[in-house]
Amino acid sequence: MAPDVALTIAGMALATYATRAGGYWLVQRARLGRRARGALEAVPGAILIALIAPLILATGPAETLAAAITVLAALRLPTLAAIVIGIGSVVLLRALIG
Amino acid sequence: MNREIAIDTEARRGAWRGEVAAALADLLPVVVSAAPFALLLGSLAAQKGLGAGEVLLMSATVFAGGSQFVAIDLWGTPLAVAGIVLATLLVNLRHVLMGAAIAPHLAHWPRARAYGALFLLADEIWALSLRRGTRIRLGPVYYLALSVPLYLTWCACTTLGARFGHLIEDPAAWGFDFAFAAIFLCLLVSLWQGPRRGLPWVVSAAVAVAAHSLLPGVWYILLGAATGAAMGALLADPEPLPSEKERGRGT
Repeated sequence: MAPDVALTIAGMALATYATRAGGYWLVQRARLGRRARGALEAVPGAILIALIAPLILATGPAETLAAAITVLAALRLPTLAAIVIGIGSVVLLRALIG
Repeated sequence: MNREIAIDTEARRGAWRGEVAAALADLLPVVVSAAPFALLLGSLAAQKGLGAGEVLLMSATVFAGGSQFVAIDLWGTPLAVAGIVLATLLVNLRHVLMGAAIAPHLAHWPRARAYGALFLLADEIWALSLRRGTRIRLGPVYYLALSVPLYLTWCACTTLGARFGHLIEDPAAWGFDFAFAAIFLCLLVSLWQGPRRGLPWVVSAAVAVAAHSLLPGVWYILLGAATGAAMGALLADPEPLPSEKERGRGT
């Protein structure tokens, strides 16, 4: 393996682990007030929705509709069924309305 | 005495089986949707000149799809080592928030075990572990049964993709690009705790969409999450914790 390739991969690995361990490490050290707790509590949902928002809200009607269908399915059905329905919907809707 | 030990061992084994079964069930949709992307990543890497061994090393030491795609995108001759490492750091900054968010569920773990586990904290592992910790309790058996199969699948499929070239041309044609959205939507439904806790999500989504159209790269994720977190701080529960009430202290 070329040394610059090895160096790049090593750098990527260290950077990635640093981000994963960093948050945990920081929380160990800080005593969190209620506002910090409120902020941290909002983080999981905020990240999840931020990750998918452009795809489901700013791509096309098919994606937005399929997302709505997925949510409705998730309210009533087991997770795997909801996911399959969601993927099936988007394939269908993309073919129908683009 | 021996009988008691035997019964206790059997009970523990049964508990472990339950944890493993739950983890594998939770993991199934994730593995199925991740595999085509892993194959695609591998084949893209091969096109950029990486060997199967190099792809395997990257997947095994990084285990972060988003940043690996970005890195492959930036791969060239001469290799922009610093640029790629910096891009990896930025793409993965959200993990800091994720690590902080899951820390309470790792509070009962020995430190070393927690730091080891954090190596495997991919997005989906984090999200599923968080849900597990909220609903029941996050134990190491569940976490291992959840993360190791995904890790192995990721390493194997990226390597296979590099070794055997174009196995999946276009995941989007099969809706696989939507698979992660579907998985995360289901997770969001399970995390929903009412409109007050949901308002930060609305804010985050709005900011993410706006930032996505205005800013390059993955800033939209951080900006959305940060704004959502800020809203969460603003709307923070006015009730002090019971332990603080006892001590006669407000927050």
